[in-house]
Amino acid sequence: MTLPGVIRRLHPRDPRLYQIATLASLLLYGLTWLDFEITAARAILILVTVLSTQAVCDQVTAGRLMPGRPVAVNIKSALISGLSLCLLLRTNRPELAVVAAVLTIAVKFLLRFRGKHLFNPTNGGLVAMLLLTDQVWVSPGQWGSAVLFVFLMASVGSVVVMRASRSDVTYAFILFYGAMLFGRALYLGEPLAIPLHRLESGALLLFTFFMISDPKTTPDSRAGRVLFAGLVAFGAWYVQFRMFRTNGLLWSLAACSLSVPIIDWLLPGDRYTWLSPPAAAAAGAPELRWRHPSTPTTAAFDRFQRRTI
Amino acid sequence: MKRHVFSVVVASMVAWSAPTVLGFCGFYVAKADTKLFNKASQVVLVRDGDRTVMTMANDFKGDLKEFAVVIPVPTFLQREQIHVGDKALIDHLDAYSAPRLVEYFDEDPCRVIVSDRMVLSMSRPAAAAGVSGRARSLGVTIEAQYTVGEYDILILSAQQSSGLETWLRENGYKIPSGASSVLSSYVKQNMRFFVARVNLREQAKLGFSYLRPLQVAYESPKFMLPIRLGMVNADGAQELFAYALTRKGRVETTNYRTVKLPTDMDLPVYLKEPGEFARFYTAMFSRQVGKEGMRVLFLEYAWDMRWCDPCAADPLSNDELRQLGVFWLDANGGPSPPPGGSGSVVRPRPMPPSMNAPEVFLTRLHVRYDSAHFPEDLVFQETADRVNFQGRYVLRHAWHGEESCPAAGAYRRSLRDRQEQEAQRLASMTGWDVSEIRKTMNLGAEGPDAQPISNKWWERLWRK
Repeated sequence: MTLPGVIRRLHPRDPRLYQIATLASLLLYGLTWLDFEITAARAILILVTVLSTQAVCDQVTAGRLMPGRPVAVNIKSALISGLSLCLLLRTNRPELAVVAAVLTIAVKFLLRFRGKHLFNPTNGGLVAMLLLTDQVWVSPGQWGSAVLFVFLMASVGSVVVMRASRSDVTYAFILFYGAMLFGRALYLGEPLAIPLHRLESGALLLFTFFMISDPKTTPDSRAGRVLFAGLVAFGAWYVQFRMFRTNGLLWSLAACSLSVPIIDWLLPGDRYTWLSPPAAAAAGAPELRWRHPSTPTTAAFDRFQRRTI
Repeated sequence: MKRHVFSVVVASMVAWSAPTVLGFCGFYVAKADTKLFNKASQVVLVRDGDRTVMTMANDFKGDLKEFAVVIPVPTFLQREQIHVGDKALIDHLDAYSAPRLVEYFDEDPCRVIVSDRMVLSMSRPAAAAGVSGRARSLGVTIEAQYTVGEYDILILSAQQSSGLETWLRENGYKIPSGASSVLSSYVKQNMRFFVARVNLREQAKLGFSYLRPLQVAYESPKFMLPIRLGMVNADGAQELFAYALTRKGRVETTNYRTVKLPTDMDLPVYLKEPGEFARFYTAMFSRQVGKEGMRVLFLEYAWDMRWCDPCAADPLSNDELRQLGVFWLDANGGPSPPPGGSGSVVRPRPMPPSMNAPEVFLTRLHVRYDSAHFPEDLVFQETADRVNFQGRYVLRHAWHGEESCPAAGAYRRSLRDRQEQEAQRLASMTGWDVSEIRKTMNLGAEGPDAQPISNKWWERLWRK
């Protein structure tokens, strides 16, 4: 078999599989090499909580919309949110980690506009917790800059498997944000080593490639996504360099997410679905769905499933 | 008369008429002799909300008339916002939070007890450590002039960094070349410049033979230490100890990684000899800096100030904390720990905090930095993390009693393995030659199998 053939075979049709593998590797790396302030037990607690919350929310939503219909649990999206939470959320108190995990999934179901959730789940969960309590924090410095190469590889790889049409938000954001960092340094007469050092931040890369890129919460049209990326970049820059607060990226993304319905109204486009066309055609394929074994697949169910992912 | 500018962590220092530029937290041209960490600075940051009280200590040893310091500060400072502190407070904080050596004594294996005794702490090993018309024409505004304690202080603002540099030079401050480009960034961010020099008459009146730390209190969302000015013209790496006193929990940097120093390990007992622990600590720190590519800050201590275990020195009293600027402590701040001296206090002090005691959490950070690895100023955040952490190194003394039971034989065998592990651990932590370590430990250069274990009482009697 030729190399492209091998790559095609290995290439997951659902980019979330690759995302899960990458996030899990980063977590493992953080736990073993970078001494993240999180224990394996805490990570498991968060993951179990997000999966359970997702299962409950799926049950409730499915039961309400289509009583008697089969219920599927959206494991992949919940895992992505859970792993991201493990990478970002820090707290001394396990009960707060549980609350954060529940909120992360719950905001996805509760805060929706025209069938589309408003906030990226992890971003929503983190910002909600930062607003609710002063007992949680995010450590943007935990990655250092030595891991830059690993991160870049993982992140760029992740973009590759995303549909090209939706990685535009990532590129637009990093361009806008980079321009603002360099622009500020040039204005202040600072050496370029300063903006470069800021761009090397692992926290920034994680945000750029795994959070703002969430196709389910970004605007539907390309023009809308570029506009959105610009708004998030400006907001993050403003929080960090005008207000001198931490977590500018998280605050900005959460605030700008509120503008997505307006952007979608001004610049409409097609709603995103996770499955690539061949996979979508085989929507009931076992590697892409987890459901009760005896229940039949129906077209209505698939439509519902796609709406709620 | 010319003054010299020294750079500081937060700042830069100025000295009068000496040929070289010295630095505070920055490029300090102390004699490169004796000190464990040359060119080191100490800064205490008291922070809650947007309020900050910063205390800066230096161990300037030169002619006091040549001393001056320039510190970028986020806001204008009124006379009442500036204070001259007591160096003993920082020394006490240093002693309280310093990495510590603890010793245990093995029990008689034939009996079925524990003594845990603090032998010495590694105190931070030394130093680690007329115009107004012309000013206006240069775009420099002298916003205020004060005399506080033995210091004459100017608060400057500037429109152009070149104007500020010219003004400083014309007024006898010898500032390092290249400082202008760094100053420009602070000028454009509308920061003020706090310039202090020694008023010799006041100094003579007060009778201090050393420079007391300067303290400034201000309100600003910026929680940072400007280290860039201190690196202009720096000759090699700088050393900085930053102590943060907060209400909620541990402090960390947001733009660099903060790493815990390796701790809680058994080490050869010869480290108790005078100077050995200091030698170990500096070597270990240097090795860790190298291992992390000199890109991280090290956490050396994180503890609720109400207690310690073991204590390298008593916790600071409420009065001492207030003098350092812990403004949320009032007269009724709860029972304060008994006042105690600093230094190598030898006792454990498991003193669980009482509910009404004041909430003060101490974070001690230690960083070795240069401009290549630390291009931007340090930015901090306070976290909610209240997990205690300390640099603690353990000596386990062997039991040397007479063998009166079979368990004693087993103990001797396990002892040999344990000591070999201690030797290897010390070698790996410091990069020292393991055979030299074994020799110092009387283990024999070849390791555990080279020399049979002595299990007769007379064999150990005259052994050196």
